[in-house]
Amino acid sequence: MPLPYYVSPEQMMKDKAEYARKGISRGRSIVTLEFAEGILLVAENPSTLLHKVSEIYDRIAFAGVGKYNEFENLRILGIRHSDVKGYSYSRGDVTAKALANAYSQALGNIFTQDIKPFEVEVLVAEVGDGNGAKSEMYHILYDGTIEDEKNYAAMGGQSDELRRFLKDHYREGMTLAEALQLAVRALNATQNKTLTERDLEVAVLDRTKTRRKFRRLPPEVLAQLMTAPQ
Amino acid sequence: MERSWDRTFNDYLTTSFTDLLRRDFPQLLPGAQQSGTLPPGTPIDVPHGTTVLALRYHDGVIMAGDRQATAGYQVASRRIEKIFKTDDLSGVGIAGAAGPAMEMAKLFQTELEHYEKVEGDSLSLEGKANKLGMMIRLNLPAAMQGLVVVPIFAGFDEKAQLGRIFKYDVTGGRYEETNYEAQGSGSQYARDSLKKLWRRDLPREDALRVTLEALIDAADEDVGTGGPDLVRGIFPTVRTITRSGFGDVPEDEVKRVCEAVLVERTKQEAS
Repeated sequence: MPLPYYVSPEQMMKDKAEYARKGISRGRSIVTLEFAEGILLVAENPSTLLHKVSEIYDRIAFAGVGKYNEFENLRILGIRHSDVKGYSYSRGDVTAKALANAYSQALGNIFTQDIKPFEVEVLVAEVGDGNGAKSEMYHILYDGTIEDEKNYAAMGGQSDELRRFLKDHYREGMTLAEALQLAVRALNATQNKTLTERDLEVAVLDRTKTRRKFRRLPPEVLAQLMTAPQ
Repeated sequence: MERSWDRTFNDYLTTSFTDLLRRDFPQLLPGAQQSGTLPPGTPIDVPHGTTVLALRYHDGVIMAGDRQATAGYQVASRRIEKIFKTDDLSGVGIAGAAGPAMEMAKLFQTELEHYEKVEGDSLSLEGKANKLGMMIRLNLPAAMQGLVVVPIFAGFDEKAQLGRIFKYDVTGGRYEETNYEAQGSGSQYARDSLKKLWRRDLPREDALRVTLEALIDAADEDVGTGGPDLVRGIFPTVRTITRSGFGDVPEDEVKRVCEAVLVERTKQEAS
């Protein structure tokens, strides 16, 4: 019988992490920003059919980078989790925190137990209502690491550069047009590209809407907002 | 032989929230713990929703209902809502046993939203109407015990660009109505009233008047149906569904039209 060769757990984790990071860094980036009326999610995504940003529940949105089939799976599980919870308790009891924890558990288990880790990072955002409840953003990495982000978050290939750019330029209480222009500037500056509204998938969690706060911005609206004077 | 990815395929077919509950959380399905201990036909005295109606008008559909729930010969509630928004372009009006009917409306609303989020697109109006039929069929055992639920479903069909109305029977049979429909204990009177007053392509103002005339007629003849309550300030619920979405008719407007109808009827009685 051939002896199974020994790999130290430390080496194994390192290899898996490197594999996952490589997969994620190949993908395009996503920027999310808090603005005066809610949370803005901007993904570089030329497809109008395969979404990277989507609705989970009344106040909760999902964004994923990396391998499409993997984060799509997580997205659907998130919708199921939230709909079942909202149906059996009440709509107000569905929170981003519980969902982010579930994602963290799932990704953590996959990372340690499966041969191939998921090559994804996901973001769960929840907009606070007008009565002073804060907005929340949770960023979950391929190994289940969970971080809660304030004001802005970035994921994908150039996430470090994006975060640095946003740190220097972000300010509170921006209008939607200002926030969108900042997000596009950040994506352009870090990749030496000039993105147009056709290259972007943009959605907002708009706290001024009743009940379902998620709203996609179609290209016509984007073009207007991107050229709006500040 | 079952391949490792076969299950994924089956799983992806489940865009239905009801199927998800049936598979993973059967205890949450309405009527899950029914045990047939009562002999069939034994009436159970629970609150019943009384009169709801829907009619087509120029911009789409109007749905309306009185506000009373009745248990036997008693008023169970004076302020119950019977018209529910199920998504941006459709609504359901409930009649029959109020508890199971509300549960069904909630499940149906979640079902539509779940589909929309998972697929990224809404169901067709036909699809929605069929889905509701299946839910009513599920309720058949409870209906045998007297907990009958017969909703009206109405919505704006984006493909056909017109408002459409569907009615159901207890077995889940689905029938489309072209003009108007009413359900519940006062429905016969409401339908008679609509028969005389309804015209094709009524403008909003006139359609609202016809709607409230019919509800007031139903309340007049049927003991279970509540009329406009001027003492407590309770007026029927009226909603519109048009190409721009599901909308409320403000209570002030409903109140104004109700009062106009009542003033006219008072005059008629006096003369």
